[in-house]
Amino acid sequence: MLRLITTRVVLGILTLLAVSVLIFAATEILPGDVASAVLGQGATPETLAAFREELGLNRPAYVRYLEWFFGAIQGDFGVAMTNKRDIITSMTPRLENTFFLAGYAALIAVPLSVSLGIIAAINEGKAVDKVANVISLAAISVPEFFIAYLLIIIFAVNLDWFPSLSTVFADMTFAKKLHVTALPAFTLTLLVAAHMLRMTRSSVLSIMSQPYIEMAFLKGLSRTRVVFHHALPNAAAPIIAVIALNLAYLIVGVVVIEVVFVYPGVGQFMVDGVTKRDLPVVQACGLVFAAAFIILNTIADVLGVLVNPRLRKPR
Amino acid sequence: MRIMGHQPNLSAWIGLAIVTSFIVIALFAPWIAPYGEAESVSETWASSTWQYWLGTDNIGRDMLSRLIYGARMTIGVALLTTILSFIIGTCAGLLAAIGGPIIDQALSRLVDVMLSIPLLVFALIILSMFGSSIPTLIITIAVLDSTRVFRLARAVAMNIVVLEFVEAAKLRGEGLWWIMRREILPNALPPMISEFGLRFCFNFLFVAGLSFLGLGIQPPFADWGGMVRENGRAISFGIPAPLWPAMAIAIMTVGVNLVVDWILSINARPSGASAEM
Repeated sequence: MLRLITTRVVLGILTLLAVSVLIFAATEILPGDVASAVLGQGATPETLAAFREELGLNRPAYVRYLEWFFGAIQGDFGVAMTNKRDIITSMTPRLENTFFLAGYAALIAVPLSVSLGIIAAINEGKAVDKVANVISLAAISVPEFFIAYLLIIIFAVNLDWFPSLSTVFADMTFAKKLHVTALPAFTLTLLVAAHMLRMTRSSVLSIMSQPYIEMAFLKGLSRTRVVFHHALPNAAAPIIAVIALNLAYLIVGVVVIEVVFVYPGVGQFMVDGVTKRDLPVVQACGLVFAAAFIILNTIADVLGVLVNPRLRKPR
Repeated sequence: MRIMGHQPNLSAWIGLAIVTSFIVIALFAPWIAPYGEAESVSETWASSTWQYWLGTDNIGRDMLSRLIYGARMTIGVALLTTILSFIIGTCAGLLAAIGGPIIDQALSRLVDVMLSIPLLVFALIILSMFGSSIPTLIITIAVLDSTRVFRLARAVAMNIVVLEFVEAAKLRGEGLWWIMRREILPNALPPMISEFGLRFCFNFLFVAGLSFLGLGIQPPFADWGGMVRENGRAISFGIPAPLWPAMAIAIMTVGVNLVVDWILSINARPSGASAEM
């Protein structure tokens, strides 16, 4: 089992390395280079040369990659192209905001969707199951901003319970912050909870078709007892994997939601960077997002190995 | 009425109706729309009246006309993207299946790495480099999305490559391209068709999402994601302007999903040979 876990972790680190190369290489595949891409058609050869000098583009690509990568793992992403501010200092508070929002949403979404998924599985084919099925399918197939604007119309405009823009400051009290970020958190919750509910339901149901479950039913046990004592311990591994996968999904979903609610997080930072074509900022944000995604997936794999009753026994 | 020899159920009919009417609207936009695409007809965010059914947008253009013209751009771009992504993904997938272990490993590992980054993040990085024009947008999303198609095409083709008729074709001395096109592709198509619908939904939402972020289809073209963005501020005043284009996107995706569900249910029947793939 230890070997399995080590393999997963090593694989995760290797993927991260490969991804960092890919993120860096994405800026190199262009015919021409960053300087001509940013300055555009109107640039004179002199300004181009000066800009290349400034960005250090006259050195070979692998040297720049190594510098960038070793800087990045030490928390130094260089300075932004547009305003020359240190990227890591402008990114840290935004990163905290993003994690706050994602954590907020996860704290509501995980218990809600797992319990609803189990309830739907227990009542398979009954009204509860059908309602959960329709609502979750609808939440999955509509765009994020549709849900966001719908919630704003209902809870911010008509009921006036929450603000429609989530402006947060560093010196805000915790309760105030929870109130201001409620709507984006609910939107994110709806998005990931729908996925989690469906996947939880289907993993419980796939366990329910196993022979030992049928045996338990034939012994005359109630459906609830079979689900909680026989099915759930075995369904735990896939459910944990589902949760981690969806937390990874949450990190991406956050980009659009942050823009809707004008929430100062990394997603907005990245979108701003793309609009201004500020490559160092975009690369830094991309690396952070990719790292979070890969780390969560690796944790999911490791947890999946840990809780699987069949893999727990030493061989 | 039967379509392709199968009787659609109620939800399939609803899906087909939505998809067909949206496509008709997109094709005949200039004849259907009551006003022009860029025509300012009233003041900002007028409420809905008999004259302007859905009200007007942030610079006084008729919302309904913009929606009708937007169908062209949004559906068209998503469709082109999906077709391109299928061409790339299927070719690469079939090549990986029959081209020998080295090509297979190289392609599969590259796809693994690409899939380990969220697509949106990847697309943002590339768009920041190339800037956003419609061709860039289509190529970027198609290349990123083709990784998913590659996975499926490779898996399906792997099951076909080991069958006797492929072996026979190889022994006959047929070329790689001929085997891909004449022996494997026709047999791999049924499971790929429903995947096409799903990928279309995904690309459609993806294009709309990017346009919403201001990085997709650029003004003055009307497109649904961009329209949500332009009218986003109206929502704080309680004006439902951004909800209309967002709802159009939602209805379209639900419609395509209903059709895909129906196609999947045909394939899953015992008579459908492609069920397991």
